[in-house]
Amino acid sequence: MIVASPKPVTELKEIVAAHDKILFVGCGTCVTVCLAGGEREVGIYSYAMRMARRLAGRPIDIEQVTIERQCENEFIKDLAPAVERNQAVLSFACGAGVQALAERFLNRPVYAALNTQFLGILEDQAVWTEKCLGCGDCMLAQFGGICPVTRCAKRLLNGPCGGSTEECCEIDKDRPCAWQVIYKRLKGIGQLDRLEQIVPPKDWRPAWHGGARKIIRQEHRV
Amino acid sequence: MTEPVSHLHRALAAGQFVVTGEIGPPKGTNVGPCLHEAEAYLKGRVAAVNVTDIQTAVMRTGSMAMCKLLLERGIEPVFQMVCRDRNRLALQSDLLSAYILGIRNVLALTGDHVAMGDHPEAKPVYDLDSVSLLETMTRLESGSDLGHDFKGNPNTLDGAPKFFKGCCVTPCTDEVEPQILKLEKKVAAGAQFVQTQAVYDPVAFEKFMKLIEHLKVPVLVGIVVLKSAGMAKYMNRAVPGVQVPEPLIKELSAAPKENLKKVAAEIAGRLVRQMKPMCQGAHLMTLGWDDVVPGILANAGL
Repeated sequence: MIVASPKPVTELKEIVAAHDKILFVGCGTCVTVCLAGGEREVGIYSYAMRMARRLAGRPIDIEQVTIERQCENEFIKDLAPAVERNQAVLSFACGAGVQALAERFLNRPVYAALNTQFLGILEDQAVWTEKCLGCGDCMLAQFGGICPVTRCAKRLLNGPCGGSTEECCEIDKDRPCAWQVIYKRLKGIGQLDRLEQIVPPKDWRPAWHGGARKIIRQEHRV
Repeated sequence: MTEPVSHLHRALAAGQFVVTGEIGPPKGTNVGPCLHEAEAYLKGRVAAVNVTDIQTAVMRTGSMAMCKLLLERGIEPVFQMVCRDRNRLALQSDLLSAYILGIRNVLALTGDHVAMGDHPEAKPVYDLDSVSLLETMTRLESGSDLGHDFKGNPNTLDGAPKFFKGCCVTPCTDEVEPQILKLEKKVAAGAQFVQTQAVYDPVAFEKFMKLIEHLKVPVLVGIVVLKSAGMAKYMNRAVPGVQVPEPLIKELSAAPKENLKKVAAEIAGRLVRQMKPMCQGAHLMTLGWDDVVPGILANAGL
């Protein structure tokens, strides 16, 4: 899923400083699951914002709504009357959702309430870790299902650098060295021979390096 | 055997026990002191001098320019090249540039992460890794580059370089097998010599050398000169794959301050002497104490 985290209230206060009537929009999918931008968080942040503005002597009127998915027009379109009633929108979606709203509602400012972080998993209670960079050319088959492009700080494709300590990454002692994990995993599944092949430099064209990507699946178009 | 392209290449090919030194370019344009050290203590004593490439990700003067200044002073450089700061276009271009400046020895390294240095906000590159950088050098030598024309044929170079290509390995790490797998790839990719991360344990080093016997590549054992007991303890704590044994730390703590350089040279010289039968050379990393090099060589019996 897409993992995000909320911006601090002080930053959000700055972002919406010019408005006194605003729509807070939560998103019911990824950011709800990662406890960043669902109905619950919209409620908490609305409460905090009202209090902060009241203390500052500039009360704010906040309307709250949470929709199923902010990244699909089908769900966004019903927001129109609420957007119209307010001066601006504070979106609690990932960066994709924020932009979907901004592109649909041309006459209202749309702001991001979250910092969108990564594609990851829930590793432990309230602990999320990044697993995928969305590079567009998946190499997981070669590396025992562990992604060095995402999980090695240097994105190395041919083995560990000399910098890992006691199986931890050179730059973060709380993060295991991706290459030690790959090595153990391939050893465990009897595929260590995969590490003998030299992996050529990655072709970054399927990734983001050429600008924003677009996928058209003709077979699904009517 | 290919025709040697450098003095270092020739000496190793001839089976001589080879010693290399190392300098780190300054942070700023004042290269005088650094060049003076190289001329006064390294020239004529070591086969070649490594020039670090933005070592520990702390911004400083570039390796290639310092290599050129060494060449002008009759000192053969080893151009260290890390993958952290340049993409494949810049790395290839710099390899060609280095060649036309007369640089022949190149050491391919991954490079410390920017998070370790003084510009942690920087965007790290790592477009190539140390293995693919070696392969890239081999490719350039063959007269083409990593790119291709619109038909998919490799590009042709107008004039190809020829390097003596080196790489690094950490022999005394707790998990040595992945290191060896990677070293095998480096040799397959074209590495012709190896300079190791610091080694202080001859027994562990001998074990490591047995494990890589099949690679038939000259290995220069790395010695970082221990300047104090504090530094040794710091290395044990913070430098991956480096373990300074307790007796050496005791030896350093027992030394009076004014004697530290002498003791440092004794320890380094003794380590070189002990490991000489196991490998083809030694790489001395003095971290600014270049004046101890003559002492190290004397203590090593070289």
